[in-house]
Amino acid sequence: MAERTVKFEVKRQSGPDAAVVWDKFELPYHPGMNVISSLREIAANPTTVDGKATTPIAYDSNCLEEVCGSCAMVINGKARMACSALIDNLEQPVKLQPLTKFPIVRDLMVDRSVLFENLKRVKAWVPLDGTYDLGSGPRILPQVQEENYPLSRCISCTICMEVCPQFNESTGFVGAATIAQVKLFNQHPTGKVLKEERLHALMGDGGIQECGYAQNCVQACPKQLPLTRAISDIGRDVIIQSVKDLFTT
Amino acid sequence: MTIGVQCVPQSKKGKFEIMAANPRIIVVGGGLAGLSAVIKIAEAGGKVDLFSIVPVKRSHSVCAQGGINAAKNLKGEGDTTWNHFDDTVYGGDFLANQTPVKGMCEAAPGIIDLLDRMGVPFNRTPEGLLDFRRFGGTLFNRTAFAGATTGQQLLYALDEQVRRYESEDKVQKYEGWEFLSAVLDGNRVCRGICAMNLRTMEVRNFPADAIIIATGGNGALFGRSTNSVVCTGSANAALYQQGAYYANGEFIQVHPTCIPGEDKLRLMSESARGEGGRVWVPRKAGDSRAWNSIPSEERFYFLEEWYPKYGNLVPRDVATRAIHRVVFELGLGIDGQAMVYLDLTHIDRATLDRKLEGILEIYEKFVGDDPREVPMKIFPGMHYTMGGLWVDFNQMTNIAGVFAAGEAEYQYHGANRLGANSLLSCIYGGSLAGPKAIEYAKSLPAAQGDGGHAAEKKRQEEINTGLMHSDGTENPFKIWRELGETMTKNVTVIRYNKALKETDEKIYELLERYRNINLSDKTTWANTSFAFTRQLYNMLQLSRVVAQGAALRDESRGAHYKPDFPDRDDERFLKTTKAYFAPDVDEPRFEFEPVDTQFIKPRPRRYDAAK
Ligand SMILES: Cc1cc2nc3c(=O)[nH]c(=O)nc-3n(C[C@H](O)[C@H](O)[C@H](O)COP(=O)(O)OP(=O)(O)OC[C@H]3O[C@@H](n4cnc5c(N)ncnc54)[C@H](O)[C@@H]3O)c2cc1C
Ligand code: SF4
Ligand code: FES
Repeated sequence: MAERTVKFEVKRQSGPDAAVVWDKFELPYHPGMNVISSLREIAANPTTVDGKATTPIAYDSNCLEEVCGSCAMVINGKARMACSALIDNLEQPVKLQPLTKFPIVRDLMVDRSVLFENLKRVKAWVPLDGTYDLGSGPRILPQVQEENYPLSRCISCTICMEVCPQFNESTGFVGAATIAQVKLFNQHPTGKVLKEERLHALMGDGGIQECGYAQNCVQACPKQLPLTRAISDIGRDVIIQSVKDLFTT
Repeated sequence: MTIGVQCVPQSKKGKFEIMAANPRIIVVGGGLAGLSAVIKIAEAGGKVDLFSIVPVKRSHSVCAQGGINAAKNLKGEGDTTWNHFDDTVYGGDFLANQTPVKGMCEAAPGIIDLLDRMGVPFNRTPEGLLDFRRFGGTLFNRTAFAGATTGQQLLYALDEQVRRYESEDKVQKYEGWEFLSAVLDGNRVCRGICAMNLRTMEVRNFPADAIIIATGGNGALFGRSTNSVVCTGSANAALYQQGAYYANGEFIQVHPTCIPGEDKLRLMSESARGEGGRVWVPRKAGDSRAWNSIPSEERFYFLEEWYPKYGNLVPRDVATRAIHRVVFELGLGIDGQAMVYLDLTHIDRATLDRKLEGILEIYEKFVGDDPREVPMKIFPGMHYTMGGLWVDFNQMTNIAGVFAAGEAEYQYHGANRLGANSLLSCIYGGSLAGPKAIEYAKSLPAAQGDGGHAAEKKRQEEINTGLMHSDGTENPFKIWRELGETMTKNVTVIRYNKALKETDEKIYELLERYRNINLSDKTTWANTSFAFTRQLYNMLQLSRVVAQGAALRDESRGAHYKPDFPDRDDERFLKTTKAYFAPDVDEPRFEFEPVDTQFIKPRPRRYDAAK
């Protein structure tokens, strides 16, 4: 019996300005293999199906259990995390491409630092007085914790931005992940001291108004963040804030 | 605080030398330890450069699941920081220096408060207080948790504080830069680091008055482990080759409950047992019935039977050896394979979802079964590095100006780490290292000449050029695979001197083969396999420290178990192992240092009865 194999087609680019090529690979099948374990196997023997020696494929990964957010890519046309993409559940040939909305670094690696910049812009933190001992934190009811915890599970993978029709250069939209973090920190008993500043940061060009409610984000998010709800809640708060601003300026 | 430089009398001759009043500190590593150090330095008004291979928010600490320990005593159990201290020292089989452990346990409640104030979404009691659960090696509910993604939540909270300082220009991040080595001056005092940009592959030096190494553990020495990809121990190994002591390298933790996988051993946190999970196998060897048709009297809950007091929550080394015994000696693995059940099916779904969702999801995603419905199949896997850079009680290594914190150093866990004590030791150690590094740097005399910068840069560039021109036949990934296989087979749960010796010989052979390496990618842009190949050399060197250290320690203590020497031998081995690199022979040499046991007298460690 012929050995069972898995076929891959990988979109490659040796640098931001380099030409695009597609390389094909074929690997022996093992139970439980996923896209990252396959890329590693290719690295150990970087030869295409036509026997051409090539370089190992560049990609990002770290935790291998879908919690660090590194390995987002487009797999068979869908933006998702590669480490949890089990080969058993994928149609062949498995087609791998980098995310399309971010600058290419090399092969499947892209530069997603824009998300971290956005988090800076909306001051996604609790402004502590200091790390010295000030006793215990505010009491928080379990119901409130249960509402906030899911928002705090965002792994910054940027998939919600990748799949959003509004996330592009012309709108400069911040994207769903950042808005969800605004909600998280605005709900925190201490974090909400910066609520107005955060809402202001979401006004105007690139702000929350750019959202077209396509709802792609909430379907694609690997951590099932309640993104559409966060967007509508924060959208409402932004409107209320702009009305307030009218009367205070 | 004064800015700039001051003139201070330095030597006896009354000569004036320049020293930094506002020192520049470099922190390498952006996990919990590194970020804690950064926050402390920025808060004190210092300037920090933060280096990390991955964006810090993607550091390995994000993987931690179960929780963080502190004797807050919010459950009316009469828990105290002393109990925590005693459990930690006892759990570590008395190998940890007691002064720093005591300091850590006493600081723990304050650390939890701080994290709480930062906004970590810890689970709550109905009154809105922090909830605590049980973990291994203690009889108290001492572990605070945020679902089963505690590390993620803690890392994010610290990351957010650092981002705030970054926006105030107090922190400069260098993400996507790899630390290659420390820059040492003629007196072997640290003057900065040499690092490589992982996109341009440029090697560059960064001056600093002190550096803090917080680069985490070294799971990659064992091929597959529960660790993240960048946990190679390479930075530690580089420093060891530059003269830093590496302590207790032979102590590595094999976690009892992991999902075996092709690329990674995915952890099923101890919290699963903390919430009532039970470990069992069918009593009868070769029992092929489905799990749910095996009645409870025909199930062997071996941890509960063997260790009635602690049951499923014995420390990890004990649980791991028990599973090994059940599988390999008694032949009771499920379907004759190296697997046992970790069973949560008797716990109601709502509780499981509230407290363990993060890990149940991992099992579902990677195995395809719902652990709320069917017991998980698990087996032990390499998990944690108790050993690490030797540091003094101020977190400084034996190289002046090089500090270390977190899993990268050795100080808090002795021969076996208790669950949920690592996140604590990372934050505590980092918070201590930051201010100590500033203190040190403030009285540091200025360097003579260029402080060794040019020479170190040249050395690193030569290594790169050598690799780029390599035209051998050996594939680095294959060498790594062989290293992992031997290390896992011979240097994990059960150790024999003969096998340890063979392992060291094997590593020596791999080092020889390394000299004949073939790099399949010689480009100079985002060349990940080049970076990995560099790290591989360091991994091989460090593996020898682990294997040889294990060979030397003829006793059994905590995670280090030799059937030929089944007892703890305090007379000979109540000592810290200190390995140092001997360049002339290109391998480690060893010294032993007495352990600080001034608070708790060593006593036999057993978990079948109360302490
Ligand atoms: C699956 C899992 C679950 C766990 N659960 C728990 C738990 O519930 N409770 C608990 O207490 N402990 C737990 N642990 C242990 C704990 O997570 C780790 O020990 C801890 O997070 C280590 O943190 P750290 O800050 O030392 O290093 P890490 O978080 O590993 O960070 C290392 C940092 O160093 C950087 N780095 C590494 N090398 C270099 C280099 N050469 N140059 C530049 N940067 C570099 C990396 O980019 C990273 O930023 C768990 C571990 C695992 C694997
Ligand atoms: S919200 Fe979801 S999709 Fe968006 S970055 Fe966070 S985890 Fe990824
Ligand atoms: S490697 Fe961390 S999410 Fe995939």
